[in-house]
Amino acid sequence: MEWLRMQQWSPYAVGIGIGMLSWVTFVLSDKPIGCSTAFARFSGMIERAFRGDKTLAKPYFKQYVPDITWDVMLVIGIVIGSLASALFSGQFQLTWVPTLWAATFGSAYFPRLLVAVIGGVLMGAGARWANGCTSGHGISGTLQLAVSSWIAVACFLAGGIVTAFIIFRVFGA
Amino acid sequence: MLTKLHTNKRLQRLLGLLAGIAFGFLLQKGGVTNYDVILGQLLLTDFTMIKVMLSAVITGMIGVYALRSLGLARLHPKPGSVGTTVVGGLIFGVGFAVLGYCPGTISGAIGQGSLDALIGGTVGILLGSWLFATFSPKLQKPVLSKGDFGPLTLPEVFMVNAWVVVIPAAVTLTAFLFALEHFGW
Repeated sequence: MEWLRMQQWSPYAVGIGIGMLSWVTFVLSDKPIGCSTAFARFSGMIERAFRGDKTLAKPYFKQYVPDITWDVMLVIGIVIGSLASALFSGQFQLTWVPTLWAATFGSAYFPRLLVAVIGGVLMGAGARWANGCTSGHGISGTLQLAVSSWIAVACFLAGGIVTAFIIFRVFGA
Repeated sequence: MLTKLHTNKRLQRLLGLLAGIAFGFLLQKGGVTNYDVILGQLLLTDFTMIKVMLSAVITGMIGVYALRSLGLARLHPKPGSVGTTVVGGLIFGVGFAVLGYCPGTISGAIGQGSLDALIGGTVGILLGSWLFATFSPKLQKPVLSKGDFGPLTLPEVFMVNAWVVVIPAAVTLTAFLFALEHFGW
């Protein structure tokens, strides 16, 4: 089982594996893989813990009920699967600041956390705004040849590339 | 179609968990749960992310369309509009570069111990999703409904049999991956 302990697999092997996994989810669950809906449901569950059942009256949460559904379990599974992979390869490590960030902006953890929160707010809102993320549109939608998904991916990459260049080639230069 | 299985809520939770475990394992082995790899893609210095995505798309597309032809699967294309897909997509892209993870890979990053993902990014995504869930009714008329084109797929746009698009798309995307390797990306 040496391959389970490898630090990295070929990106093509990983991609083919993800593609085959999507066959399984389409047949067994009638669902494309997607991750951002679960975060909206989690946010509804948190609001419900404070505000009670009034939360369920919001139109958005009527459509995406804050409940433990297939997609919520998918996201929980990703954490477990990645943990298992990292433990097998010895890569599991608690880190505060990614290497590239530290090399450019220093290894203090507060600036990185603040930027991560801001990025998370934009990405979380953007994912629900666009009705999908890098998996829901980027992989599952494009493989179904959905027009919305190909346009979404072009916008993800355009926004992402321009912003990454501003962060690292303008501010980080 | 396994309709009985699809409506079994408990079993679907288990299947979701198992699919997630497989997905998370693959994402981590692909290296795409790392901030450095994702930013490397957006800075056009590391093409791992695109290689993973496109090989998943090629494999998934051929298989899912074959399963559909066999009557074992149906498609779920998402509806789109200029106000949702383009505006939301650009906001997502900016957030993607600022955070350095997406909703799937951040879950994987948490699994491998990245605390900026767990403590910073997750709080942000939950807040951002909640803000959209709360304010989307107000955005509906002025933004989200603009330029609606519905859940269209490319074969429907061209009004052809799906395979007339699937096969050239698979060939083109495969050629693109070979070109990436050829030029040493």
